[in-house]
Parts: sequence; structure tokens; C-alpha cells
Amino acid sequence: MIKNLIAKRIQLYILSAVCFLCVSTRSHAELIIEITEGVDNPTPIAVVPFEGGSSLPENIASIVSSDLARSGLFSAKDPKNMLSFPSKTEDIFYRDWRISGVDYLVIGNVKPTASGFISQYGLYDVNAQRQIFSKVTSSSQNGLRDIAHTISDEIYFALTGIRGAFSTEILYIEDLRKDGPGRYRLVKADADGAREQVLFKSSQPLLSPTWSNDLSKVAYVSFETSRPAIFMQELATGKRTQLTNFKGLNGAPAFSPDDKRMAMVLSKDGNPELYVMDIASKRFTRVTRTSSAVIDTEPNWTSDGQSLIFTSNRGGSPQVYQINLVNKRIERLTFDGNYNARPRLTPDGKNLIMVHREESVFHIAWQNIASGDIRILTQTSLDESPTVAPNGASLLYATKYRGKGILAAVSIDAGGKVRFPSKRGDVREPAWSPYRKK
Amino acid sequence: MISKSKLLVSLLSVAIFATGCSSNSQKASDSAATDAANAVNEVVTTETTEVAADPRDALVGVDTIFYFDFDQSLLRSEARAALLIHASVIKELNTSVRLEGHADERGSREYNMALGERRANAARDFLVLQGVSAALIETVSFGEERPAVVGSSDSVYSQNRRVEIKY
Repeated sequence: MIKNLIAKRIQLYILSAVCFLCVSTRSHAELIIEITEGVDNPTPIAVVPFEGGSSLPENIASIVSSDLARSGLFSAKDPKNMLSFPSKTEDIFYRDWRISGVDYLVIGNVKPTASGFISQYGLYDVNAQRQIFSKVTSSSQNGLRDIAHTISDEIYFALTGIRGAFSTEILYIEDLRKDGPGRYRLVKADADGAREQVLFKSSQPLLSPTWSNDLSKVAYVSFETSRPAIFMQELATGKRTQLTNFKGLNGAPAFSPDDKRMAMVLSKDGNPELYVMDIASKRFTRVTRTSSAVIDTEPNWTSDGQSLIFTSNRGGSPQVYQINLVNKRIERLTFDGNYNARPRLTPDGKNLIMVHREESVFHIAWQNIASGDIRILTQTSLDESPTVAPNGASLLYATKYRGKGILAAVSIDAGGKVRFPSKRGDVREPAWSPYRKK
Repeated sequence: MISKSKLLVSLLSVAIFATGCSSNSQKASDSAATDAANAVNEVVTTETTEVAADPRDALVGVDTIFYFDFDQSLLRSEARAALLIHASVIKELNTSVRLEGHADERGSREYNMALGERRANAARDFLVLQGVSAALIETVSFGEERPAVVGSSDSVYSQNRRVEIKY
């Protein structure tokens, strides 16, 4: 079975695309999940309802099942078709599960504590009739979903060798399409779309949301002053700081890897150019210097904090370039086609994810920086704003579906695909959080 | 080059003709050609008396939205004609204006912010060439964030690639 798993690992990798936004048990979640393309032969797994879980506000086993199923790599067994509900190793009858066609089994319990909840859970290989692991996780009062996503991450890692991203979060912009004080919203949600929280709303457009790497802050562009300006907002307190108020463009904020600086685009000196702001001292350093006809924008840091990857039309059409902040050396990275923009680096720094136009249709493309090999990852049109999962296995992007702006996910190795339409207006500009540093 | 007064006459006559039609549609349908001719005569008098009194009258019927070709920030000839009139009014009133640039939804959002700004700047540069003080002009790009029309067709896109002048 383990051999089988290893063989499946590549397939799994492909499917991990589906990681995200689940319907879950909370009917009021704003984003809905629609798996549009799964994989063949997903691994059958059964997550038995947890002992002590039936009276709790969130159903842990159900959330874990949704996470794993949404990954596309697993099919989760409905509890209605389970012959028994073991919560301890000694209560497992492996033969029953094998007959039911289940390869892996998850059992566990959850108990209230003085400050929240604690859960003990185990993963079992049905065919080998053995326990793969037994673990304990705990949470605060409102953390039952955290417990569930932690369990999903542990199972996913144990069975695929890839770190799970079920416990991460996303930002996105929602446009209710109706003028009013709350038309534009900056929303934070779990990676499965649940527990959404409006961080800021405005009657004027909001765009380009981004995370600080320590996850304590977000930055975005707001038109609330009647012009675009970059704002920073602390997540714990909601405290907002306006960072820029220049004539012209104030856009595309990106925190440096150490969160001390912010790259951005400003057109205060004529045309859009890249700048780096030292956040504490509010000192700005101009990074690019081009002629008045050139647009430089959409900076994204390399993980060493030494370079910016960005979009520029300095060669005539928008292409992706890299500038070294120390020696100012500039290198063009994309050559395929006449529109490559809004680059993001994969976590290993070796590949670009970007908006690529082919035959006048906009797709999300992947490019290996060293070889220049390019691959189109999405088959929809008007695709934009790609954001890579912190495990590098999949990405979220914005697209149009039936006239509405929606989020969609795809595996970087092209496989499972998921749509996440909103119940209300347009949703767009997803930004996937980095992993929380422990 | 069309002279300023000729332009005013033709634009105002269209406006007045339209008003005449809507207020008295039956009559208009009976003798539209005669009404049109009368309207032109009326305008000539109107221009000499009232336009001088309030420069804003020159803006009646003049475009306030200027459209652009795909991926372009070049002003079309009809936009230049309308901006000529705006330039003279802005100078006479010494009033400030705001030029709001927009892009269609295709392509990345921040790049479209830059395209919207380029279009607003093209309109600004034209006004400045006509002698309008740059200090009177504010340019703002909304990129693709404020479409005039929602949709994903070529005709929708052509209506969204625009600059709006706001007094």
C-alpha cells in the first residue's frame, strides 16, 4: 500500500490543486465550492465522526472530509455508509473497513477544556492493519475549525509527503456591485472560504490586498480619499495607517521578506516606477528610472530580499523583469508572447506564475526561470491575479464565470480544478497567506 | 481645423434641436427640417448673447467622456474637438477639473491602473497644450475598477476604455 501511495504521489501532487475553499458545514460561508475537475482513482478514506463531537458547533470529521475531498486526491466516505464508529484503536475491525473499500481510516475524540478544546486522533492503514500515527491538538473556544484543519494537514502530509495548506488563510476583494457605503470589501477567510471576516469596507474601490510575512498585517490600495493610496492595517487591532498620498498612482504594495520595507508603484515623478519604502522611517527609495512612456509595476520580492520581479513594457509589450536592488542590474525573464504580467514567484523561487495572453485570451501561466519553459495552467478566460499556495502545490486566481467575478483554484502541475463563486457580488484578487512561523 | 464658433453653433444647434423635438414631438415630426433650420438661426443669436455671459453654456452637448482604442492612450479626433471646447471654458472660468482614466477589464489590474493613468495624462497634456494651467487639472486612474458598463464583449470594452472630465 505504501508503494501504491508513492506511485500515487505524483498524481496527488497534481490534485493538491483543489486544496481550498470548502462549503463546509457552515451554510452562511460566502464562497461556495464546485469541484469542476477531479482526479481518477482518488484514495478512499473514512473519517469517523469524532467521539464527543456530536454536540459541538462544528463537525470536525466533516470538515476534515471536506478538506481532503476538495484536494481531489481523496474520496471521503459518508458516515451514513459506515458500519461502525470506532473512537479507539481496539474498536477498529479492519476487515469491515476493507470490505467497504476504504484504504485509510481516521478516528478520534474531542473534549472541552478550561480554555477551549482538545482532540486526540489517529490515522490507520486499513490494508496493513496498523496505525500510521496518533496525535493530539488543542484550540481556543472558537478553534474547532483550527483543530479540523490541523488534522487535515497532518493526514495530507503523512499520505502525500507534501505539507498541507488547509490551516492557511486567504484575502480577497468583494464588490457587491451596488453603490453604497459597503460596496467594496476586503475579506479575510480560511483557505476553505469559511470564517470570512470583513477587514474593511468602502464605497470606493479597494484593490491589491497583500499579507505581511509575519501575518500580523495586510496592505492594500483604497480610493477612500477619492484617489488611490496605500494603507496598512493591523489584523489584531484593526488599526489602519495610510502609507502614501502621492499624486498619481499609489499601488501594488508588497512587503519585503522581513516586513520592514514595502515595494510599490508610484507615478509621482511622471510615469509609473518602482519604489521601496522603509516602513519605520517612511523613507522612499526610487528603484527604476525609465522614460516617460514606460510602465513599471506589480513588484514581487525574491525570498532573499535582494531583488524585485516586476511587470514592465519597456521593451514595447508588458513582460516580466527582475531588478537587483543592490547593483540595479535588470534582466528580462519572459519572452514568450506579447503579454506577461503580474508575476508571482513559487515558494522555491524557481518558477514564475503570471498572467499570460495567448491569442487575445488571458490565462495563468507557469514559467521555469532557468529554462524559460512555459505552461498554460488555466483554460478559462480573463484569468488574473494568481496567488500561489505556501506549499507551492496549487494556486488561486480570479476569473469570470457566468458574468460574475469568481475565484478558482488549479494545481500547478495541472490537474484538479475548483471554482469558488460568491453568493453575492464579484470576488477577485485572492492573496494566499504565507505559513505562520512557529 | 474647425473654428471654435462654428463648432459651438453646430453643437448647440444639435442640443436645441433635440430639446425642440422632445418638447413638441408632433410638430417636429410634421416639419422636422424646418425646425432644424430655425434652430440653427436661434443658436446664432443665442451664441452672441448668452455664451458670452456664461462660458459654461458652451459645454451644452459637448462630450465629457472620451474613448480610446484597445491598449492605446492616443486621443481620437472627436475627443480633441471636444477637449478644445473644454480648454476654452476652463481657461475662461479658471476652474479646476478632474480627469478620470479607465481601462477595460482585460489584463492585470495594476497594469490597467497604469493604462488608465496614461489616458488621463493624454487628455491633460492636450488641455495644457491649449493653454490650460496644469495646476487646474487633477488626474486619477481607476483602472478597471469602475467600469461604465458591466460585461465582457468588445462593445462593452470600448465603452469602458475612457477618460471622464469632471468639473
